Amino acid sequence: MNKKLFFTGWLLFMFCMVSAQEYYPVNDGVKSINTNYTLFKNATLHLSPGKTISNGSLLIKDGKIVSVGKSVDSPKNAVVIDLEGKHVYPSFVEAYSTFGVKTPERSFGGRSPQYEATREGYYWNDHIRAETNALDAFKYDNKAAKDLVEAGFGAVSTHMADGLARGNGILVALNSEGNTAERLLDTRSAQFFSFNKSNLSQQSYPSSVMGSTALIRQVFEDAEWYAGGNVDTRDLSLEALNANMDLPQIFYGEGLYDDLRIASLSKETGVPFIIVGGGDEYKRIGEVKATGASYIIPINFQDAYDVEDPYQADFVSLSQMLEWNQAPTNPAKLDEAGLTFAITSNGLKSPGMLSSMLKKAFKYGLDKETALAALTTIPAQLLGKSEELGTLSPNAWANFLITSGELFEEETILYENWVQGSQNVIKDASIIDIDGSYTLNTGGKSYDMTISKSTERPSVTVKDGETKLGSKVAYNDGWLNVTFTGDADKKEYTRVIAQVSPNTPWSGKAILPDGSETSFNISKKPSTETEEEEKEDDDKEEVAPEVMPLTYPNVAYGYEEKPEAETILFKNATVWTNEEAGILEETDVLVKNGKIAKVGKGLSAGGAKVVDATGKHLTSGIIDEHSHIAAFSINESGQNSSAEVRMKDAVNPDDIDIYRDLAGGVTTIQLLHGSANPIGGQSAVMKLKWGSSIDEMVLDDAKFIKFALGENVKQSNWGSYSRFPQTRMGVQQMFTDYFQRAKEYEAKKNSGEPYRTDYEMETLVEILNADRFITSHSYVQSEINMLMKVAESFDFRINTFTHILEGYKVADKMQEHGVAGSTFSDWWAYKYEVNDAIPYNAAIMWSQGVLTGINSDDAEMSRRLNQEAAKTMKYGGVPEEEAWKFVTLNPAKMLHIDDRTGSIKEGKDADLVLWSTYPMSVSAVAEKTMVEGVVYFDIETDKELKEKVEAKKNKLSTMMLGAKNKGLKTQPAKKNEKQRLDCDTLETLY
Amino acid sequence: MKTFKKLYILLFFAVLSLQAQQTPAPVQKGDITLTGGVAHIGNGEVIENSLIFITDGKIVGVYDATTTKRPLKGEIIKIDGQHVYPSFIALDTKLGLIEIEAVRATEDQDEIGEYNPHIEAIVAYNAESKVVESMRPNGVLLAQTVPQGGTISGESSVVQLDAWNWEDAAIKRGDGIHLNWPNSFRRGRWWLGEDAGYSPNKEYASNITEIKDFMSQSAAYEAGDSSIKNLPFAAMQGVLDGSQNLYVHVDSEKEILDVLKFKEEMNIDKLVLVGAYRAYKVADEIAKADVPVILARVHSLPEAEDDDYNISFKMAATLVEAGVKVALGNSGEYWEARNTPFYAGQTTAHGLSFEDALQLITKNAAEILGMSDQVGTLENGKDATFFVSTGNALEMKGNNLTHAFINGRSISLESHQTELWKRYMEKYDRTE
Repeated sequence: MNKKLFFTGWLLFMFCMVSAQEYYPVNDGVKSINTNYTLFKNATLHLSPGKTISNGSLLIKDGKIVSVGKSVDSPKNAVVIDLEGKHVYPSFVEAYSTFGVKTPERSFGGRSPQYEATREGYYWNDHIRAETNALDAFKYDNKAAKDLVEAGFGAVSTHMADGLARGNGILVALNSEGNTAERLLDTRSAQFFSFNKSNLSQQSYPSSVMGSTALIRQVFEDAEWYAGGNVDTRDLSLEALNANMDLPQIFYGEGLYDDLRIASLSKETGVPFIIVGGGDEYKRIGEVKATGASYIIPINFQDAYDVEDPYQADFVSLSQMLEWNQAPTNPAKLDEAGLTFAITSNGLKSPGMLSSMLKKAFKYGLDKETALAALTTIPAQLLGKSEELGTLSPNAWANFLITSGELFEEETILYENWVQGSQNVIKDASIIDIDGSYTLNTGGKSYDMTISKSTERPSVTVKDGETKLGSKVAYNDGWLNVTFTGDADKKEYTRVIAQVSPNTPWSGKAILPDGSETSFNISKKPSTETEEEEKEDDDKEEVAPEVMPLTYPNVAYGYEEKPEAETILFKNATVWTNEEAGILEETDVLVKNGKIAKVGKGLSAGGAKVVDATGKHLTSGIIDEHSHIAAFSINESGQNSSAEVRMKDAVNPDDIDIYRDLAGGVTTIQLLHGSANPIGGQSAVMKLKWGSSIDEMVLDDAKFIKFALGENVKQSNWGSYSRFPQTRMGVQQMFTDYFQRAKEYEAKKNSGEPYRTDYEMETLVEILNADRFITSHSYVQSEINMLMKVAESFDFRINTFTHILEGYKVADKMQEHGVAGSTFSDWWAYKYEVNDAIPYNAAIMWSQGVLTGINSDDAEMSRRLNQEAAKTMKYGGVPEEEAWKFVTLNPAKMLHIDDRTGSIKEGKDADLVLWSTYPMSVSAVAEKTMVEGVVYFDIETDKELKEKVEAKKNKLSTMMLGAKNKGLKTQPAKKNEKQRLDCDTLETLY
Repeated sequence: MKTFKKLYILLFFAVLSLQAQQTPAPVQKGDITLTGGVAHIGNGEVIENSLIFITDGKIVGVYDATTTKRPLKGEIIKIDGQHVYPSFIALDTKLGLIEIEAVRATEDQDEIGEYNPHIEAIVAYNAESKVVESMRPNGVLLAQTVPQGGTISGESSVVQLDAWNWEDAAIKRGDGIHLNWPNSFRRGRWWLGEDAGYSPNKEYASNITEIKDFMSQSAAYEAGDSSIKNLPFAAMQGVLDGSQNLYVHVDSEKEILDVLKFKEEMNIDKLVLVGAYRAYKVADEIAKADVPVILARVHSLPEAEDDDYNISFKMAATLVEAGVKVALGNSGEYWEARNTPFYAGQTTAHGLSFEDALQLITKNAAEILGMSDQVGTLENGKDATFFVSTGNALEMKGNNLTHAFINGRSISLESHQTELWKRYMEKYDRTE
């Protein structure tokens, strides 16, 4: 009976709610203002996570909560609703959404890239759209609102998901009965950012993640400069950005490394970004924890891959499988790390999946109270709306859920979601669940009847003995209507109709096939054993699923424990010192505390682990001066200069090519920007510490920048004719122009006058002052000579020419200038400017006293640089010790890190490789590669790791097959394609 | 610096005139005898102190000088302690079909259309390519030049690399037809907005049916009167009658098995797997079917994140052990093919001896091409197409040629590149 009271008369009430705007004229009736209250009583009220009142009352009026508590004074004009046995929770708050704001379609423009902005009066870059006001594009989407409401949300912060700076969002109540005047809780909810460009403009810059990062960095400088009144013209983007700085600043990322990048932007700009995470924070939770940021995280856990076909399953990598297995732990891990996070339904195919995803997260350890907070109080707090949303408290919006029991419990039904005091029925609590087995007696016969899913989509089976009869069921408004055939073949029907009550027997009117009416009765059978068994099965699923351990890094060939520096004594090795001592036979090398502690004969081990290196060769680690591995992106090709971008912003420390490089004896690389523009980006010189963080790998004090010349920068090999320069003549003028401006910039900076911080100019000033050094991509002799002359005219020196395939033609000039040459051993013929490239290049440059090296620019070659060095013995007869230095000591000198690596000398970093034989032989394999005393590659351990990869994949496949057999959804096998990046890669595809 | 100077001065004996390419050597008549070389026969045998006789372009005798005494004939070349190898054979290249990758005007390797068995690589082969001549100083004197693209790319030929034009270059015209097998898993067309990753190819089965149908149509055509000529069908007859190889470029495990079944079903006598990345997984089946394999470039990265870092390095050893006939290929590359000896060398780091490795680019290659009576080993009756190196020619350090012969013709070991080297060393010599 309670239930009946609960659900009567609501339509009328809501009708009154809608027309509450007092100054609006009324032309369709009388002006009726509803001043009534609504009182919900006898409910278990969950005021906020951890705060519960049983038998409490909740009084609401005009869409807001008036009072809440154990005993609430009920005004006389209150409609009372008894919620005996039911629970009330605050409705969820969606902190990151695009609800009702359509993202513009991507425009595809002409063939030629567009470098200029299309707008006037705004920031120079079209992708900075801080002036966007989500309200302008907002249109309340009833369908989407219904989905969100059914998932439990009461309010959403929505925005225009377009551009790097996306302007301000709005906060909307999901009150489908109301109009936008009522729903609009705040016209300015937060300011939004992302790394993704706007669909509304084709402007090329930024074309890479490091470009996006650099642009945002610069925008905040420019905004400050603008705010200081230093700009004569109007910039509506910056004005809006500045005006929005009082709002929460929400930055959308798409994964762990975006998180870390955003966090470092926070540090540099001083803006405490709230990070929309990618759901993979668990992979490096320690680093994520260290950001200390607040997060909004998705819970879009993947379906298992369909691995039934083993051939197709082969394409699925261990890391993909691990992601399926481990990602559901993400919310629990974030909680464990003590981070503040909200949960978003963004990223789910539909908000309706929220509940099943949450259930999964609970199985994987997420605390339910934390989840509740992450859906209510935390998002409210992140949006600065703790007073209004996320709790049941006086003056808060009357946004609340009515449930059958504790939220998130398996059996709990979400009945209603009230938004702004307006009722949304999700599941009609008046429907009696009549699932079960029954005996139906009519016309002198007895049938077995089973009803299932009665509260959703009822279905029925009717059996005459063992014979299954054709049957249909309808169950509406408390009336049950079953139609069934006389027997399996006949097309004559018996119809029964009954009014349902909680307990059987039910009886009513039956119409037999011959049209005669009679009576019937239905009585429920006692629940059978099979049902109980099924239940037990369900319970089994509750057992915590097995989660594979994380590794360092969390991909194939990652280590279960983070490897540590060892004290190791290499005994009886042939030691290639790269020092005056040359190659020492039967010599020992002691490694301690990450350094080369001692080199000599007959060293005593002490506590060191002894490695018998008899017959083997020990060298310093290979240094690849020109590498593009371990990167998410290579070229910022959007402008002819991108001095402001940093490759460190694009480092991918999980790239398997790091491990492969180690297996080829490489310990250090220079991750270079590509060659799409004359002035490229800042390098990341990295030690290949597999499994470590980006910060642990990158040597911040090795400051380099990529320059480029020739065909690539003048865009000869692809159809682009609009960017200056298009000729080598233009390239020279471009450099002259930039360095001249940098000089003028520095002069202004030093003058004490106010100046606009320009990250591009700052970088160029560093070059002028020899605080940063140029590695320039180069091919033909004219351009090589040209760049040296430009540098000389600005009184600095080029550090290194890379590729430098015609270096042999100007080796004397290079020697005089003091520039190093880092070249390919034998590449040529791939483009016109390498027509005169010869494999004798290294030998000739070296013979003229140029500091010479051999590099890869290629992930495959990088792991065979020992052989590439050997080619210089073939082509030009370079002595072996010198040839070896081409890939070790010489690149160390080029990178100004020869004080710590590049040779075997006491006190230097223990960056060492133990080779099975003569290191420049085709038969040589690296058996151990260590960086700073840590063995990151060991040929024996590699075999174990390989076995583990197989074992883990096997185990995960079994788990995935299990998931499929349980009837869970799967996704087709797919292979994540890894795009190989090189100098010319303009677009990153992932 | 001084030792270096000596080195290049030595090399100034060579002609210094700069020209676009080397002049082919004249036909060899009469006798030549090479004495004292370490002869690597190409079949696994080594003669430490050898006597090699050439007459009119053919090898007429290879002997162990310590056990066999023979009168020396004709021109005597003393190569004491140096190493003699049969020409390395670079398979699966596009040599001579392309000069500069980024300049479209220099490309002739890929014709439009899907079924192109009638397209012949040899007619576009540029005998005067600067890339071609750069092969020779590394011991690559023979190569297979292969058209690219489509489902059936066309017909390859085998060339010797010291020729005036494509006719005298061709030592076997039309050794086989090249078929690119469809993939059951394929890359998403990202430019159409699909996921860039790989996912199952729903058309795989119908792709295969299409190929089979083409084969059946070709067979039916031959049975008819052929009065109306169908060039593509006609071009398939060599494959159907077993006189030509069918080279099937295929990589994945399932696909390889499908190709073996296809060979059975279509009754194809001479089928060669090319690339065959996952061949190691079905090595026994391949061995049983007696199908040879031309591997992808040994210097290739693993295709999947989880694969062994050295998967491509050890592939040959794994297959050889299973009893498969293996040769090394070049994945359709061109200038890189001069590294063929080092690809073979690389396999020695993973289980093969140098003599085993040598066979992968000599004897086995010749056998697969159906030319083992002519090239591939240093044996009596074969073409005198071989070279002499101061050291182990599979090692960078040792690969240093002093002589090279094609049909007995002593060919130039100079190239555009060596000439530039000498020219600029001379420049610096002048200034020093």
